[in-house]
Amino acid sequence: MTSTTTKSAFRKGVIAGSPFFFVAAPFSMLFGVLATEAGLDLWQIMGFSIVVVAGSAQFTAIQLMTDDAPVWIVVAAALAVNLRMAMYSASLQPHLGRAKLWQRALIAYVNFDQSYAVSIAEYENQPDRPVSEKVAFFMGSVVVICPTWYVFTLVGALAGSTIPDAWALDFVMPVLFLSLVGPMLKTLAHVLAALTSIVVALLLSGLPSGVGLLLAAFAAMAVGAEVERRMGRP
Amino acid sequence: MTYSTGEIWGIIILMGIGTYLIRFSFLGIIGDRKMPDWVLRHLRYTPVAVLPGLVAPLVLWPDATNGDIDPARLVAAFVTLGFAWWRKSLLWGVFAGMTTVLTLQALLS
Repeated sequence: MTSTTTKSAFRKGVIAGSPFFFVAAPFSMLFGVLATEAGLDLWQIMGFSIVVVAGSAQFTAIQLMTDDAPVWIVVAAALAVNLRMAMYSASLQPHLGRAKLWQRALIAYVNFDQSYAVSIAEYENQPDRPVSEKVAFFMGSVVVICPTWYVFTLVGALAGSTIPDAWALDFVMPVLFLSLVGPMLKTLAHVLAALTSIVVALLLSGLPSGVGLLLAAFAAMAVGAEVERRMGRP
Repeated sequence: MTYSTGEIWGIIILMGIGTYLIRFSFLGIIGDRKMPDWVLRHLRYTPVAVLPGLVAPLVLWPDATNGDIDPARLVAAFVTLGFAWWRKSLLWGVFAGMTTVLTLQALLS
């Protein structure tokens, strides 16, 4: 990690990753606020943001915990949200598979939506760069957002209890989830998967908290994959 | 929320380990082995398979109105989804959705 080219790859990663500050800061602050509202203490809230570091899954867990869903349902639903990262891991593997084990272990911890997106774009543009530079770029891309995630979770948790009820905070969570989903609706398969998820979840809403959601998610994944198989990869 | 402290930490730690293993999964394998297509095809749809089902009951039967349909929240949900989709942006969606629900609530009350 000492040569000039690895340093410049690192710097390039920092530049590519830093605009995500504006996503990570409000998003993590909101997590701090809503987790406080839900009744978690400061250590637990920070525990989520440091141990898990995955926004959508953290919000999913808080929502299901507010409904007092069984522990295994909370964990299963949150991990289901994170399963997409196995796909990230698979697509990074040809580029980073030959990096040292500790480097891959570290990259796994910071393999977020944002760092993945900027890094895979970089690797596809410059597939022939040495592994050390690819690693340096990835590390660079999280230098800003990772600490931002921790610090603004703390800010949100400290501010959480002082926010007035009139702000309709209960609705922030649905709005946030819908805002996450909106940009993902790229193909007919995604749209049909989302509709399946909604319909099945509503039909099964009488089941114990979260069970219907898991069944809806499996049905929706099957629908998305099947539509894609029939129509060909977009 | 009625969990014990132990259960809450259990959730945090299990989620942490699970998330880490998912992120590490294929990076952990040395070489160029590829994942079967049918697996990738299912994984591509996980977020759109979970999140809409999570949000639908919250929009349709909000706790704040004791589960009655609230026109302000319903309209705001569609505005949020539309904006987030159109602008391809999380923050635009949140901004549009919260502005809509607060404005409609002020007008309707």
